Amino acid sequence: MTAIAENPSTGTLPRRRGIFPRPTKTTGALSWLTTVDHKKIGIMYGIGALIFFVVGGLEALLIRAQLATPNGEVLSADLYNQVFTMHGLTMIFFVVMPLGAAFINYLLPLQLGARDVAFPRINAVSLWIWVVAGLFVYSSFFFEGAPNGSWVSYFPQALVGPDPAGNLASDAVAIQQSRMLFYSMGLQIAGVASLASAVNFVTTVLNMRAPGMTLMRMPVFSWMSFVTAFLLLFAMPVIGIALWQMMFQIRFAGPFFDPLNGGDPVLWEHMFWLFGHPEVYIMILPAFGIVSEILPVFSRKPLFGYSAIVFSGIAIGFLGWGVWAHHMFTAGLGPVADSAFGIATMLIAVPTGIKIFNWLGTMWGGQIRFTTPMLFAIGLVSMFTIGGLSGVTHSLVPHDTQQHDTYYVVAHFHYVLFGGALFGLFGGIYFWFPKAFGRLLNERIGKLHFWSMLIGFNLTFAPMHLLGLNGMPRRYYTYADGMGWNFWNAVVSIGSLVIALSFAIFVINIIVSRNNPPAGADPWDARSVEWLTSSPPPVHNFDDIPVISDNDELWYRKYASTSDEDAPVRVAAGGSDDENPGGPYGDRVSGKTAKELGIHMPDPSWFPLLLSLGLPIAAYGVFFEDRITMTAFFAVGGILTFGSMLGWALEPSAEEDH
Amino acid sequence: MPADALQPFGPVAEAQDALWDLAYPIAIGVFVLVFAGLAYILVRFRDKGQEELPVQTHGNTRLEIVWTIIPALILVVIAIPTVQTIFDLAREPDPDSLIIDVVGKQYWWEFRYEEAGIWTASELHIPTGRDIYIRLDGSEPGNTTVYGQPPVMHSFWVPSLAGKRDYVPGAIREMRIQADEPGVYPGNCAEFCGLSHANMRFTVIAHSPEDYEAWVASQQEPALLAQDELVQQGQELFVSGACIGCHNITGHPDVDPDAPSRVGPDLTHFAAREAFAGYIFDSPFGEQVEDPDQAMENLRAWIRNSSAIKPGSHMPATQVDGAPVDGEQLDAIIAYLATLE
Repeated sequence: MTAIAENPSTGTLPRRRGIFPRPTKTTGALSWLTTVDHKKIGIMYGIGALIFFVVGGLEALLIRAQLATPNGEVLSADLYNQVFTMHGLTMIFFVVMPLGAAFINYLLPLQLGARDVAFPRINAVSLWIWVVAGLFVYSSFFFEGAPNGSWVSYFPQALVGPDPAGNLASDAVAIQQSRMLFYSMGLQIAGVASLASAVNFVTTVLNMRAPGMTLMRMPVFSWMSFVTAFLLLFAMPVIGIALWQMMFQIRFAGPFFDPLNGGDPVLWEHMFWLFGHPEVYIMILPAFGIVSEILPVFSRKPLFGYSAIVFSGIAIGFLGWGVWAHHMFTAGLGPVADSAFGIATMLIAVPTGIKIFNWLGTMWGGQIRFTTPMLFAIGLVSMFTIGGLSGVTHSLVPHDTQQHDTYYVVAHFHYVLFGGALFGLFGGIYFWFPKAFGRLLNERIGKLHFWSMLIGFNLTFAPMHLLGLNGMPRRYYTYADGMGWNFWNAVVSIGSLVIALSFAIFVINIIVSRNNPPAGADPWDARSVEWLTSSPPPVHNFDDIPVISDNDELWYRKYASTSDEDAPVRVAAGGSDDENPGGPYGDRVSGKTAKELGIHMPDPSWFPLLLSLGLPIAAYGVFFEDRITMTAFFAVGGILTFGSMLGWALEPSAEEDH
Repeated sequence: MPADALQPFGPVAEAQDALWDLAYPIAIGVFVLVFAGLAYILVRFRDKGQEELPVQTHGNTRLEIVWTIIPALILVVIAIPTVQTIFDLAREPDPDSLIIDVVGKQYWWEFRYEEAGIWTASELHIPTGRDIYIRLDGSEPGNTTVYGQPPVMHSFWVPSLAGKRDYVPGAIREMRIQADEPGVYPGNCAEFCGLSHANMRFTVIAHSPEDYEAWVASQQEPALLAQDELVQQGQELFVSGACIGCHNITGHPDVDPDAPSRVGPDLTHFAAREAFAGYIFDSPFGEQVEDPDQAMENLRAWIRNSSAIKPGSHMPATQVDGAPVDGEQLDAIIAYLATLE
């Protein structure tokens, strides 16, 4: 919690002591390990996600090397299965979700005019738990191999494994158990991070908004973060339970999904997709929010139909819960269920259509500046349209049984999650980079990045529509010559190289832009209040918490317009009194330090990092059949986790000043 | 014949394709509309360095209602025939439809013609013009366990004839297919099922009704007993090499005719098939074999050690008296298999 001491010099609370000396440094390498500042945490989420993006991208290149030609021999069947499984897990849980979380972490308090999130140390614990979850899952490569059942890991395949005969190795069952436990426990740990973040973001939005910021004055990105947090809050427990059941099923011969013991493999499908479909919106809604911020700024117009965009986002969040069975149209649920879920799926097209049309309406009549963030935002609008339309074709239930589990589906969800979510997120990186690091990225290289990514993306994923309709199933480690799939597979593999190249260009841009001149507080002539404070913002975000009177607060401090029909005119800094009846909002560069202003931020802490380390240690215990070893791991992990919780509880959020 | 979901060769696939034919032009229309609109906006409203800022329009309720209602109406147009087709394809089997039980294994398909009393592997023969009711029978998972592990999910898919349906262990799933013309229609497994998921192919061979009856009659014949010495040797090796533990050959002197069920493919008419090993290798005895020598090499390699050429195959490497099968023994076994027409 943020504590603003009335008079720091006369605190009356007795000083409490932690277990060991509290870290105090707010700069230097060590400060990043102990920080509870939402901005540093957001940046670490972003860097971590981009590192995982490189790993997941290399896995994609391996997949495409294998499939570039018929009867490819780059990977064995076993390795291929591990690689495509890890590609899916990585991109979903360790790239797109955390990249969204990076923006939410960094921006939410700034956009709300808050000093930090509601629970800064829980924020830190989310980050570190996510990091250790990623390391835990990838540590599988050093043991018996990585999970190999695809990201959905349907039963009983997850139980049986690829090779019950044991031709690969004599202890095939033990190997499969180890791989699936990495899946089960790894995602379980990652889920803890998401759940903690969700609670944090919901509380932040509800409690930390600046004076005057009603919910309907909240920037759309904050709104979409709010909806995303609710989706996380309800989706994560479902997969958590399913993963827990999976662990018991595999490690302790539980009955849940094993047909030989009265279990039902379709139960896993229901539980997985009851999480898995909302998960799609968890990944795409932050990108929708980002685009809704970028388009108005570079069109120099307010968002067209603000409330329609907000409510369609809420509607997507709600409807997202009622469509999970559209992933199961081939499972034979019966005509009534198929019809209901087919219609619900079509319904989702309405709010998403509203969003697309409102974005076009935002640009209509504007002054469009083709900056790199704007290009990426337009990329999302156009590429997501394609993904949305192929999504509607999935709702044609009888025809979906032709599309399901083919490359047509692979094409569809890459248009949604790469053409949609990732284009939006890259746009966000270009847009807010100057805010976070004080310098703009190079526009020329940025445009090169955009165009190479757009071309590579379409070269990679557009032909997959054709491959799928021509009968090429997904998750095939090889395909025979003469099926008519050779040409487009070669094109797809070339396209994947172009995407890799585009990412290299992005990395070059980050490197060469280190020496760009300072960007200033508001380089884009933006509209929301995070651009009010300096770039990068001070630890306490704002010297004076802004009072909000409009959902384009910053714009109306810079421009005044007399009516909806007239063009606005620029006014002197400090805001125009006629637009802001509360009067001028004071000097935004006071020159005083936080301490001088009486602002007291939460102090760094070791406990979030220590707590997170306990979870993988305990999880490794599940891998041992020997009870004593298992218990020992549980004990060490448990002591670390619960001991950290105790230390955390005894440690005040902020030390008094002396 | 291509495995193309958009080129239907039977009424089920046609009914599914009709929905695509309805929705695809609409989707293309929306696509063109949005992209043309976007292109127009980007050209017309680009920043030309003008002094005056654009008017700050916040929205237009009437316009927003219009673009909410129009997509909803379009979806109603698509939804009605979709629901009709769902229920139409889910109806109970006609009394005169042919019911075929299908069992998915790692990594091949077994087709059981209960009425005719015949089982085939990876080749589904059907008569044209008749409603075929496919029962994906996972109801007795104990029957198909391998090495004590439960059977896994598969998905039965013949793009030219119908969309796919999952094979679910512990349950029965049903679907219909029908072929209008005689022909060979490729199919494959579409639900990830393990190492050789990609090697789990099959074909549907549609015959005219008369040819189909003749095929059934030929399949019902038991295999001939061995005549010459080499074949005789192969027939005996089939027992001493433990092949008979997994593979039934009706007519083989050591097979109990009352309990023919086996975990591996029924080989009674092996030489009449066009392919083997989940339909990934041409059979050297097939009529359409392209390279008989290569096909023979594949068959020999297959019998020696199947998982070396098809990853994860459950068939153990063939051993005779504890030693790997040698060349002469292979010759005998293959000579015997060649007689199984």
